[in-house]
Amino acid sequence: MSPVPSSVRCHVVTGKGGTGKTTVAAALALALAADGRQVLLVETEGRQGIAQLFDTPPLPYEERRVALARGGGEVRALAIDVEEALLEYLEMFYNLRRAGRALRRVGAVDFATTIAPGLRDVLLTGKVKEAVTRRHDGRPVYDAVVVDAPPTGRITRFLNVTGEMAGLTRSGPIKTQSDGVMAVLKSPQTAVHLVTLLEDMPVQETADAIAELSAVGLPVGSVVVNMAAEPALPEPALARASEAGLIGADLAPALTAAGLQDVPGLADALAAEATEHARRWAAQDELRDEVEALGRPTVELPLLPGPIDLGALFQLAGRLEEHLRTEVAA
Amino acid sequence: MTQTTQRTRRHPRPPAPPTPEALPLEFAELVTDPDTRIVVCCGAGGVGKTTTSAALGLAAAQAGRTVVVLTIDPARRLAQSLGLMELDNEPRRVDVPGAPGELHAMMLDMKRTFDDIVVAHSTPERAQQIFENPFYQALSSSFAGTQEYMAMEKLGQLRAGDHWDLIIVDTPPSRSALDFLDAPNRMSRFLDGTMIRLLTAPSRTGFKIASASFMFFSRIISKILGGQLLRDISSFVAALDTMFGGFRERATATYELLRRPGTWFLVVATPEPDALREASYFVDRLSAEQMPLAGLVLNRTHPPTTTALSATRAEGAAEEVLEAGGEDAELAAGALRVHAERMTQAAREQHLADRFTSAHPEVAVRTVPAAAGDVHDLDGLRDMADALTGPDGDTPTGVPRRRILPARRR
Repeated sequence: MSPVPSSVRCHVVTGKGGTGKTTVAAALALALAADGRQVLLVETEGRQGIAQLFDTPPLPYEERRVALARGGGEVRALAIDVEEALLEYLEMFYNLRRAGRALRRVGAVDFATTIAPGLRDVLLTGKVKEAVTRRHDGRPVYDAVVVDAPPTGRITRFLNVTGEMAGLTRSGPIKTQSDGVMAVLKSPQTAVHLVTLLEDMPVQETADAIAELSAVGLPVGSVVVNMAAEPALPEPALARASEAGLIGADLAPALTAAGLQDVPGLADALAAEATEHARRWAAQDELRDEVEALGRPTVELPLLPGPIDLGALFQLAGRLEEHLRTEVAA
Repeated sequence: MTQTTQRTRRHPRPPAPPTPEALPLEFAELVTDPDTRIVVCCGAGGVGKTTTSAALGLAAAQAGRTVVVLTIDPARRLAQSLGLMELDNEPRRVDVPGAPGELHAMMLDMKRTFDDIVVAHSTPERAQQIFENPFYQALSSSFAGTQEYMAMEKLGQLRAGDHWDLIIVDTPPSRSALDFLDAPNRMSRFLDGTMIRLLTAPSRTGFKIASASFMFFSRIISKILGGQLLRDISSFVAALDTMFGGFRERATATYELLRRPGTWFLVVATPEPDALREASYFVDRLSAEQMPLAGLVLNRTHPPTTTALSATRAEGAAEEVLEAGGEDAELAAGALRVHAERMTQAAREQHLADRFTSAHPEVAVRTVPAAAGDVHDLDGLRDMADALTGPDGDTPTGVPRRRILPARRR
């Protein structure tokens, strides 16, 4: 029944702004938590989007349970705060937590995270790496870590911390730290998933991001086509409407039969809407082909009516679980 | 609720809770007004800021003005749609047949802009020295805030040239929409700040002033960052400092430029909860900073072609049509379902727009239908310009352009 656990334990979810990457990350976390697994969902952008999705108060810098899944599975969520992460880092490596607090008071932490481009990202990805590799009693604390990462436009820079820091720090503790992070992020333990819509710009950005990630050796996972709608027109009508376009006269007889002849301009208006719908659908199909041509495993998530709540997340999680299962089988 | 409605009893049905009507946003006046010199488009990522900027630029050029659109990171297709193969930190003229004015577009190259500042304010040897500094290389290409800072810098340059009737700025795709206002100050605070002075100036202030706490601080910073980086920063800041005064003054000057009369901010959003939440933050922030807000562009809305048939009636009619049967019954039923979906979507969008207006009744609104907002070429841009600049009340369905559905018809 339960899928064979895949070797991937660190799932990074990115996508163009507005594609719903936070929703997908949350649904993926639920999918991975099924059958009693422990999953950590990490927020990196300080938007508190995860708290909103799970309808909980804003997340502190603390791993907190946000949902239960089938078979005693559990999703915990963490919103990484860069300052806190730096203090933690100081404590872990130099036993300097108290000093760190003093530094914060004089603005030094702000200074340090601003001074080194990429230090922010090193701290964020460093925390992710720590969660992925954390062990207790000889086994990993989390079966999987899902990262709600920055958008596609910044994802490569965000993950490729060593590259970004290389020019700046050729040695020293940051260098050591970022090398360790890269070792995890570039390993088969990690997969970067890209969320897209069937729209021009998101598909284009997905293609660009795959090229960039591959170029620096970061492992690309699946493409998630989010909010895929079903056509409201039957197949032959769809083709006819998108190719020739409909006019009011095409619909008028049937509308008259149903007693709708009295609404002025209705047939023309409906014909125009149906044509637009069919053409949008045809354009989506073309984009679907483009997504397929990217050569990555692809999963479509349906457009759900109404706002995304926990129930909706579980619905999406069901689809993703199926996808993960076929991925592992493949 | 019922008591307040006693006066308006002409309507027989129970009134909906009062939603303030959004104010109309008349772009035609805004972009053709000679006093309008700068328009800044802001909003979350992916809402169509760049396209909105370009479409407004086109509208202004068609009205006879000389316009430059400063964009940060346009989609390649947009650059192509403008007939521009390269956008390279200099304004390039866009060929707009029949327009009495001129449309130019440029893409910000933050490194080039930074390099230009260095060259303009120093000797060739000094400049070379700065260019070779590893910290400068990182700062000028990837420092958080450099893009925003350089966008402001470029805006200042374009405005100072006085060649342009109108400059339209498309703000960078930031982590947060507010970065555009914050980053330049944060960066100048950093470069001018006490910390960096302490770190870089022990030779100047003398070790006596460099107190114990500073020594402690310096030790930790150097532990975290490494001593070599500190030395790079130190020499960079020293070179910069002797070169051209404070960054803070420059940042303040460009910031003040945005508050001068003739500058308008425009918030762009899509009818989605997240985008409108960002828009809300932005509106509050602009008002707190006393920045003049022109209004909200609600991009990619889905107004129905007719509002004569509600979603429920359309669903019902689809069933009736199928029952009646006959030729093309399936087609007509499908068309009715398309309309029902469209009405539902429009109602959802209008609801979100109403919520925004309830919170910000003073903000004028202009909707841009999705068909006009999917821009691939100059014609597409023209459609969008028409949707942006057409008079509020003049639409085929009679629904004003500040709305998606007619008022009180839901």
